[in-house]
Amino acid sequence: MEIRPIASALMRNKSAMVLIALQVAITLAIVCNSVFIILQRIEKVNRPSGLDDSSIFSIASSGFAANFDLDGTIRSDLDAIRAMPGIVDATPINSVPLSNGGWSEGLSDKPEGTTLKDRKQEQTSIYMVDEHAVKAMGVELVAGRNFNASDVTVRTQDDLGKVESIIITQELADKLFPEGAVGKSLYAGGIVDDKRPVTVVGVIRRLQAPWVGWDKVEHATLVPAILQGEGGSRYLIRAEPGQRDKLMPLVEKKLTEINTGRIVRDVESLQQTRADSYRQDRAMSVILGTVIVALLIVTGLGIVGMASFWVTRRTKQIGTRRALGARRFDIRRYFMLENAIVIGIGLVLGALLTYGFNLWLMQHYELPRLAWYYLPIGAVTMLLLGQLAVSGPASRASRVSPAVATRSV
Amino acid sequence: MFRYNLWLAAISLKRNPVLTALMIAAIGLGIGMAMTSYTVLSTMSGNPLAYKNDLVRRVQLDNWGAEQPYNEPNEPPELMSYRDVTNLLEKSDVQYRAASYPNFLPIEPAQRELQPYMLNVLFATGDFFPVFEPPFRFGNGWGKAEDANATRVVVLGHETNEKVFGGANSVGKKVRLGGEDYTVVGVLHEWDPKPKPYHVSNGAFGGVEHVFVPFKIGIEKELTSSSNNSCWESPADDDDSSGYAAWLASDCVWLDFTVQVKNADQVAEYRRFLDNYVTEEKKAGRFPRKLNNRLYSISEWFEAQNVVSRDARTQVWLAFAFLLVCLINTVGLLLAKFMGKSPEIGLRRAVGASKPQVFAQFLTESAVVGVAGGMLGLGLSLLGLLALRTLYAGTSNERLANMDWSLVAVTMAVALVASLLAGLYPTWRACQVQPATQLKTQ
Repeated sequence: MEIRPIASALMRNKSAMVLIALQVAITLAIVCNSVFIILQRIEKVNRPSGLDDSSIFSIASSGFAANFDLDGTIRSDLDAIRAMPGIVDATPINSVPLSNGGWSEGLSDKPEGTTLKDRKQEQTSIYMVDEHAVKAMGVELVAGRNFNASDVTVRTQDDLGKVESIIITQELADKLFPEGAVGKSLYAGGIVDDKRPVTVVGVIRRLQAPWVGWDKVEHATLVPAILQGEGGSRYLIRAEPGQRDKLMPLVEKKLTEINTGRIVRDVESLQQTRADSYRQDRAMSVILGTVIVALLIVTGLGIVGMASFWVTRRTKQIGTRRALGARRFDIRRYFMLENAIVIGIGLVLGALLTYGFNLWLMQHYELPRLAWYYLPIGAVTMLLLGQLAVSGPASRASRVSPAVATRSV
Repeated sequence: MFRYNLWLAAISLKRNPVLTALMIAAIGLGIGMAMTSYTVLSTMSGNPLAYKNDLVRRVQLDNWGAEQPYNEPNEPPELMSYRDVTNLLEKSDVQYRAASYPNFLPIEPAQRELQPYMLNVLFATGDFFPVFEPPFRFGNGWGKAEDANATRVVVLGHETNEKVFGGANSVGKKVRLGGEDYTVVGVLHEWDPKPKPYHVSNGAFGGVEHVFVPFKIGIEKELTSSSNNSCWESPADDDDSSGYAAWLASDCVWLDFTVQVKNADQVAEYRRFLDNYVTEEKKAGRFPRKLNNRLYSISEWFEAQNVVSRDARTQVWLAFAFLLVCLINTVGLLLAKFMGKSPEIGLRRAVGASKPQVFAQFLTESAVVGVAGGMLGLGLSLLGLLALRTLYAGTSNERLANMDWSLVAVTMAVALVASLLAGLYPTWRACQVQPATQLKTQ
């Protein structure tokens, strides 16, 4: 093999070798960690909400007229919406899932006043809804029962109503009552007006909290209460498949007609709400993707530039080798091998940098450890990139005529 | 001499157009990426009140429950309870006391063609204006009397005044908000402090509210905050009141509270006052946690609230690492190029050029590449910011991607310094060329 002559040639041009190897090392570290971050973001953006995202939309209204009757308006709104053709169901709701604005409470298996060590407590998002919620959200009830009309109470600022039952998500149920949650009692702080517990009547497979960045995003609780606060109401409406876009303006118009003393606002599909909430994550993925592509191009072009230069400088040497009997293939292989060695050196340094960078990200950004396969895949990619970049200059080198050896430069 | 060097650089760069383009492109891309992310970061880490950072203090009292801190490790709530805010408004004699919270009110414009719509309203004490200094176009804020009587007065933001009064001086006119008439006392110019110096809990870059009305009106209307209300125990737990009265009497936190002192010495005085206040309240059975008050300056408070997003920081690190790769790349290419010119260097040295003269010649060439790369980078960062605005459209980050003249200057400076640094080693190598060896091979 030609390792020895290549090595001695490289040692004579240490700076060029070091520069390429450094580039390769930093590129490897950035590409591995960025791809890792991007894949995590993609996983986050695509996780299921538990709802029938594509058929659901939300709408809100705020009364401004002096004699505005919130209670009556909510009742007529819901009756009218549910009666519209193409609507599956509708529920009043205090905040829209995935909208980044909502209500959270601590659920605990013992009353307030018990020390934290003696009780299990989990923070959860709260959705105040009526008995239509399970159908209107398209969530799947996996244990227990749905609310019935008699469970549903009205909550105003002065009267918190009488909440006796709740439905919680599977993940929350598993944390609080691994042995099964249905029928168990929970204390729920601000949900009830005294220290009375509420009963878990049902468990749903999945329903995400309003805050997509929350580490407990799978903790959600349905509370059978119609919230009548500050003159406003909000509904979550599920349409038949494919009917949503047609129904959104119709429902808006209908609500405006039912009561003119209010502002109907925030008509938005759940898909839109979802897209808005995840926009930062999408943006981050696109930005990192751009960095990766630019980095690979710059590093690749850098290798092309350096290799071309060395080919030019060694034209005479190549000619001499050709004259002494080296085949084109040998010349080509020489440059390809040289490139692989330099990149290999860079990759060794790059592996250290990659894990160093990952450790730093773990410390400062709570990122998990890089999976083992990123590094080999990244290394092979860099080697291939190097071979691709060097192939042009190498084949140019292989075309150097042996006659060059006889000329002076 | 400099002009001669420039002329030499131009000839040399033209002789090798592909290599030249490659170097300029590498520096341009690196600078473009780095400056795009740096622009976002520098806006995020700005402080609109920097000029009086030593006078303005964000007040935080730790009235949380004994069992758990508001945030680990032992962070007090970022907002305040109504009880404490009213006490501090009454008892302290510090120069300005700004309490505020956001919510919505419907507006019914007088013009028939405008439908009623919802306004973002900031319920604030009159001191809000001297503390945060929004620029007034017409009129002024309000004073203690309006605060005390919950007088229906309003300061309109620029956008609302344009929409409802066509941009005219509306001071003294009436506006119908939430079913009541308010008198306009002031109109603001466009005002968009980034980050928002009085409220960050629901995003520090979402822009300011549409209109401002006296704090007490929100309380009379029994409104809570539309942004963030947090409790460690349910409001109705330890007294007989219920509903809004219980809410006001509770230790739930939901209000922003900022003070301004006359001179920096008064900060320590105010800190003692707060500690005394909490100690007194402890005697009445409140504040179960250890004394843990904070009196942050606005910049410290932004820091503590992590106003600068992690994503933005990561992006800057990555972008500057990318710039580093681009520079290493340029070093390599310059080195290759300058080494290729060894015969020319040998000749110049042989006919009498000194090492410093050769040094100046090649450094000039690097600088030319730097300036060209910087200009390309500037163009690319403007494109990059445009792309960011599209990517972040609809989120508050959209408003961060704007470049100003100081950043243009920084960009050019970074490009020049970076390319000179990149040129330093190749230039030094070029100066080491021995004229004799070069002439021999010719």
